[in-house]
Amino acid sequence: MAKKLKGLSRELIALRVANELEDGTYVNLGIGIPTLISDWIAGRDIILQSEIGMLKTGPLATGDEVDQDLINASCQAVTALPGSCYFDIVESFAMIRGGHIDVAVMGALQINDRGDYAGWSNPARGLFVGNIGGSMDLCAGARKLFIAMEHTTREGEYKIVKKLTYPATAIGKVNKLFTDLAVIDITPQGMVLREVAPGLTPEDVQSVTEPRLIISPDVREMAL
Amino acid sequence: MDKVISSVDEAIADIPDGAVIAIPGFFTCGVPRALLQALIRKGTKNLTLACGCGPLLGAAEEMRALVKNRQVKKVIDSYALYRSATKGMQDPFEQAVRAGEIELEVYPMGTMAEKYRAAGAGIPAFYTPTGVGSVVEETVVTNIEANRAPKETRIINGRKYILEYALKPDYAFVHALIGDREGNLRYAKTARNFNHVMATAARVTIAEVENLVEIGELDGDDVHTPGVYVHRVVKVERPRFAITID
Repeated sequence: MAKKLKGLSRELIALRVANELEDGTYVNLGIGIPTLISDWIAGRDIILQSEIGMLKTGPLATGDEVDQDLINASCQAVTALPGSCYFDIVESFAMIRGGHIDVAVMGALQINDRGDYAGWSNPARGLFVGNIGGSMDLCAGARKLFIAMEHTTREGEYKIVKKLTYPATAIGKVNKLFTDLAVIDITPQGMVLREVAPGLTPEDVQSVTEPRLIISPDVREMAL
Repeated sequence: MDKVISSVDEAIADIPDGAVIAIPGFFTCGVPRALLQALIRKGTKNLTLACGCGPLLGAAEEMRALVKNRQVKKVIDSYALYRSATKGMQDPFEQAVRAGEIELEVYPMGTMAEKYRAAGAGIPAFYTPTGVGSVVEETVVTNIEANRAPKETRIINGRKYILEYALKPDYAFVHALIGDREGNLRYAKTARNFNHVMATAARVTIAEVENLVEIGELDGDDVHTPGVYVHRVVKVERPRFAITID
């Protein structure tokens, strides 16, 4: 297959994830689409943890606000909010590994219907080593793991696959998948299609998804 | 006690070829740039740079010089490569890794943090759930095939864990906002990151500080790293970083 359907922008995928996050939770956002989620939660009762060592990370800094001693884990200058705090890396990963973060949202290169995903190394680069960063710790310790990504590659190849061909970041850890085309729950039975992007049918989504989707009886258009 | 040394060059003068040096910093934030520049001037060879999250992407100029001078034997890190594959292909460090001239050994970031914590706290190894199910569970992840030793695992209370070892560097370079003459340190905001734990882990810790104060001027409640972990203190200018790793 090599097919590309028109769906949500990256910003709107981020909005759909933001709508899923509950007030009163501590959330960690990975590099890529997940970082865009912070634009949609201003004013919400959600506290962002940044693995560099900060709780209550504020919006991106601009102009005079930029301080080289205040960045997020994606190397962007950020601001502090009332009640923000800083800590060292051991404390930061104790928080992550120790089960104190409610939700981690990560990007992915591939995911399968058992909730395994790959994101730390692209074999096309031809290196056995890669950038793991905090991804595997977040998978090991966050209470819920969401993936936010484009449904297919730029060339229209499957990213939602039967079998990972890229090196795994974690096995059986993903709870929910948000793409430009769909919202999918990962359940013990497999992938349950809950929502489709405006203008698409479940059959459209299946046509760009390698594993067989279980169509939820109340499948609906994405709420944005 | 007075641990102040008058220059960064003097502070690193005894570092021998083959030393393992911890380099803190999270990309561009909290990197001991002046000490790295002194290391370039000194020309020390066969270095192992033990990092945590991409300080050598943050201090890209210094890293290019270290690679060009063939001073680096090995880097240990969780995130040492450019995100963009195209940029990576042009990066002298990545080219040296591809050629097998420099070893790159990678671990998850929380495992890096704990390796230093364990070294500083007298713990030889620890079990962690991080990396179970990935190649990190199977082997030491390195570009040098001969060094891919298998890892031990153990089931504890029904869950699988990986045995990882403490990492004890010979030296740590740390960057602090304020330091007093006895080596008590205070960091700024997210520039703390790996600085404190690396100071605890190394045999010799050298702190570059933006502000050097007299004993008693740094309030005891404001100390992030107690002076017992710090052996040399040197005053430096505040480094300038463009906040990007792309």
